[in-house]
Amino acid sequence: MNIVVCVKQTPDTAAAVAVENGKVTWGDAPLVLNPWDEFAVEQALRTKEAHGGTVTAISLGPDGAREALKQALAMGCDSAVLLQDTAFDGADTLVVAKALASAICKMESVDLVFFGRTSVDSDTGLTPAQAARYLTWPSLTLVAAVLGLDPSAKTIEVERMLEEGRQIVRSPLPAVVSVVKEIGEPRYPSFMGIRKASKAEIPTWSAADIGLTGPTAALTWPAVEAPPKVESRCEMITGDTPEAIAAALADRLVEEKVL
Amino acid sequence: MAERVFVYVDHYQGEEVGASWEALTAARMIGESLKSEVTALVIGDGVRSLAEAAIQHGAKDAILRESPELKEFRPEPYADVVSQVLKEAGAAVLVLPTTGRTRELAALVGVDLETGVVTDAIAVEMDGEAVVVTRPIYAGKLLSKEVCREKRPQILLVRTRAFERPEPDAGRSGTIEVGVAALEAAATEIVGYKAAEGGVSLTDAAVIVSGGRGVSNNSRLTPPAEITDEKEQEVWRAQQGFELIRQLAEALGAAVGASRAAVDAGYVPYAYQVGQTGKVVSPDLYIACGISGAIQHLAGMRTSKTIVAINRDAEAPIFKLARFGVVGDLYDVVPALTSALKERLGK
Repeated sequence: MNIVVCVKQTPDTAAAVAVENGKVTWGDAPLVLNPWDEFAVEQALRTKEAHGGTVTAISLGPDGAREALKQALAMGCDSAVLLQDTAFDGADTLVVAKALASAICKMESVDLVFFGRTSVDSDTGLTPAQAARYLTWPSLTLVAAVLGLDPSAKTIEVERMLEEGRQIVRSPLPAVVSVVKEIGEPRYPSFMGIRKASKAEIPTWSAADIGLTGPTAALTWPAVEAPPKVESRCEMITGDTPEAIAAALADRLVEEKVL
Repeated sequence: MAERVFVYVDHYQGEEVGASWEALTAARMIGESLKSEVTALVIGDGVRSLAEAAIQHGAKDAILRESPELKEFRPEPYADVVSQVLKEAGAAVLVLPTTGRTRELAALVGVDLETGVVTDAIAVEMDGEAVVVTRPIYAGKLLSKEVCREKRPQILLVRTRAFERPEPDAGRSGTIEVGVAALEAAATEIVGYKAAEGGVSLTDAAVIVSGGRGVSNNSRLTPPAEITDEKEQEVWRAQQGFELIRQLAEALGAAVGASRAAVDAGYVPYAYQVGQTGKVVSPDLYIACGISGAIQHLAGMRTSKTIVAINRDAEAPIFKLARFGVVGDLYDVVPALTSALKERLGK
């Protein structure tokens, strides 16, 4: 099995992000492998462990994205590629998906591509499905479990998490899969893995390397701002007994027409 | 007709998704600026009633594409149909509600028509013929404005509960244009379904009652003797607490949520998680029980209209966001609140 996992570097979810001079900042907070992508890396590694093959991690981003790739390598991925080009500046999901799809085409005979369901920064959740469309492969998003995988018959059966329940889908390979948290806890990098990752050479592919000439984004971002400040105006409800507190709270909720 | 505005009517196996009518509200706001009425786009098998419902909810007319191949939602054939219809119609704007299906559908149509897709719109304003969308990023810690200036159609998914849901008017009627969907056989096959975990859907809920790590924090509860493992005792305690939360939720017709800490500790399944790596919600009332208010959790529920916090720790950050706060033990306060509210709601 030739397996690819697409990852992104994002600020830690505990970061206090803010806007300075029209740009997003996160202070000293660390940049990490997008938390959703950890689940994708985990599932890619489990697939390799069960069926053999290799796992390649790809990221599109600035130099810092190397750190996300190193984390993926430390967890156990075999190799990594960074897609980097000034042509990707101001990329929207269309550009990112097209670049990832082009890189996957260049790798040849890829059977399965994993993504996390979304990224915790821009949080569109569009890229996995868009990469699938560019590749003309089935898009299997929001996967909570892989129920079956037959490398020789080239089929996969997955359980998807929808709002209304679970949907079980059978698909031919190659396919693109985005995973949700329930797929399983990601492993910690091993000491050996960290050592290997720190020494790894990560090649950079430019837009030209993957056969793209100046992909252009359809979207622009005219402004980013902090949400209106919520003044702390918490009204503490007190009383001698839980019943008295509950009654006072219930009355206030009714008075304020919350209920 | 170059400025036609469309709304996509989402459904689960023929059952309407009410948030589609909220998308219709956003589409009509945009249509007003573009001097266009809104056409509903309905796709499936045996879904004509949804086209009628769309007109009753405010669409001028509808385009209906039916085929047995479209009985089950699969993103590829649905996208083929949507892309084809929008292209033929020279659509300026497509508005969709947000579900797992529509996000994937819009993503594919964006590729087909090489146009921008903006997700999670909470507000729209017009700049000439371009729709400038406000959407939360970093799970609501920031708001971003996004716009697709050149490419058409502009595709946007609106966040559930961000726009008014109109009441239907049974007296309204309009043309339903029925056409043939040209389809290739889809590669994937839907094998079956399993029912959801039950209860009210979090993203749709007007009221949510959530529990956190504090739910297991009750030393007065004695676990059954056969549970000897400390961790299992903790989970057992938490389950007693979540039962109280469930009862309060039931009294309010509310959905049950949880913090990441509660999910990670194994108290409830992941489907309940509210926050940056769970569901982002925006109910009228959010009752946080035993939730301290980690930044990731606050990011997922801060836009709730009214927040009530019940916590033993008076310093918990959740109180900074709350409208009403109770410093106390949820094991005492929650059941008392359930009875008090039942009484006031006449149940």
